[in-house]
Amino acid sequence: MATEENVIRVSGLQTRFGANVIHDDLDLQVRRGEVLGLVGGSGTGKSVLLRTIIGLMRPSAGEIEVLGVSPHRAPAAERRRIQTRYGVLFQDGALFSSLTVAENIQVPMREHLKLPQALMNQLAAIKVGMVGLASDACMKYPSELSGGMRKRAGLARALSLDPKILFLDEPTAGLDPIGAAAFDQLIRDMKTSLGLTVFMVTHDLDSLAAICDRVAVLVDKRVRVGTMAEHMRDDHPWIHDYFHGPRARAVAAYD
Amino acid sequence: MDDATAWLKTSLDGGQLELAAGGSWTIRDAAILESALQNVSTDGAKAASIELSKVTEMDTAGAWLVRRTALALEDAGVPTDIRGMADAYRPLERIVEQTADCATRPVSVPHNYWRAMVERVGRATCDSLAEGKALLSFYGETVVGFAALVRRPGRLRFTALVNQVELTGLNAIPIVCLLSFLIGIVIAFVGADQLRRFGAEIFTVNLLGVIMLREIGVLMTAIMVAGRSGSAYTAQIGTMQVNEEIDALRTLGLNPMDVLVIPRIGGLLISLPILAFLAEIAGLLGGAMMATMVLDVTFTQFVRQLESVITLNHFAVGMVKAPVFAYIIAIVGCYEGLRVGGSAESVGRMTTKSVVTSIFLVIIADAIFSVVFSTMRI
Repeated sequence: MATEENVIRVSGLQTRFGANVIHDDLDLQVRRGEVLGLVGGSGTGKSVLLRTIIGLMRPSAGEIEVLGVSPHRAPAAERRRIQTRYGVLFQDGALFSSLTVAENIQVPMREHLKLPQALMNQLAAIKVGMVGLASDACMKYPSELSGGMRKRAGLARALSLDPKILFLDEPTAGLDPIGAAAFDQLIRDMKTSLGLTVFMVTHDLDSLAAICDRVAVLVDKRVRVGTMAEHMRDDHPWIHDYFHGPRARAVAAYD
Repeated sequence: MDDATAWLKTSLDGGQLELAAGGSWTIRDAAILESALQNVSTDGAKAASIELSKVTEMDTAGAWLVRRTALALEDAGVPTDIRGMADAYRPLERIVEQTADCATRPVSVPHNYWRAMVERVGRATCDSLAEGKALLSFYGETVVGFAALVRRPGRLRFTALVNQVELTGLNAIPIVCLLSFLIGIVIAFVGADQLRRFGAEIFTVNLLGVIMLREIGVLMTAIMVAGRSGSAYTAQIGTMQVNEEIDALRTLGLNPMDVLVIPRIGGLLISLPILAFLAEIAGLLGGAMMATMVLDVTFTQFVRQLESVITLNHFAVGMVKAPVFAYIIAIVGCYEGLRVGGSAESVGRMTTKSVVTSIFLVIIADAIFSVVFSTMRI
């Protein structure tokens, strides 16, 4: 298995809302098995880029491939097949509010696979344990959970089918530092065991430093990809401020 | 990616149970593996081993199946060791080891349908009673709110009040009048059809006038307003509740009762009587149109007949109800909105509930009015 293989390929991407161009001629490659963090100022279109890659939004120009399949142009059957290969965690978990946590986790299993109910229950319980929720959370409805717990439950659902690629939108925002660290550890474990590729939008500098192999910075409607160390040397004013601001220094001081 | 599907070979050799696993042990093949593992028998086995070196791919589902099998064998008194697990899968092994005791816990509350039914009936009864009580107490709060306003009229949010009158009154005029006009036509038509058998077509005018002014005009308006504005109250206030806007108001020293509830109740108290009045006129006009077309009654005759039957009492009986219905619709709408909690889903649920409750209470109130008026012989 070639480690340098690109699982996500974006080329010449342009996104616009009316006259407002968000991304222009944006190229991005995500390699198999890496954790890529995406950062950028407010309103630079981080979430938009993520939503475009997973096929929720249509770009005005450019090519996107996820695991070799275009999420916009491929036939529906092909798209469905790759949808089982990636999991998405939305900002607030996006749990189905009429289902319990366990039922939420079982939705993808029910839809795409035929498994005995007992096994699905066990697997749901394992996912809940994996993301660090207490086991009685299984029977709870999303409205009975706190924000952080909803996020973890959303992650459990994203991991339901043991995907190849995990898309995370601000995964550690709203988690306490212990939960965030446990989350980082979980991602690292999943990466080693499953060859998991992670594409995460984040502002958590600790997470960036701890688990991201490379960081993509959205500036001037494009991304600049590099390791943390490379970005530290970048003299683009925004990138410089981002990685040398007081918070970044605090992170560096602990290392 | 598409390695061979998962397989499991079992052999029993002198008390040593060998389970050789291979292929891709992932959730996609979990159904096959599940049934294969179910057929493993421990008869005559003294020790077992699970050989994993031929496994090409594994995920948490696969790791769990291995772990579960090992646990089951141990439980059956067969010591088991797992061999040949690739280092890459060690973290998976750790994950399922840590979560193994979670997996055996139930994920849903077991159901006993009869008990659940009785429980639901009981719960629904208690909930309705509690809600009736809470609604009554909310009514009390609004009265106190209005009383405070009488003492200090400056606290009335005049702009909000006028805005509510526009939204619930002015904007509702076309739809309310159109529907009432059509109902007037229907009543006149059906009434004329029946009364013609007695040669008493002209009494259609009486029927129409009395029923429109006393009952239908105001009742239909109230039902339409409950569907149109009562639901909007719940949805608006409920959405604010979900966004924590109500909490924000409280922390800014603003009382949601003054800012949100009083202007809405006041607005509806002004709008609904006006709407009801207009609806009555539209209904009478609809009836008049039908009468001139099917009854050979001229418009002048229609008006003269109407004048001879309708007294101020009929009109007053109808109009007296309007503010009461308005109050019911507005407090139910606001109350259910403030009870929204947690998720956006509950906004939808409460909105439905608000419409059903307010129409129900409006009709109950109408029935009470009818009884009271008939005993008073009005």
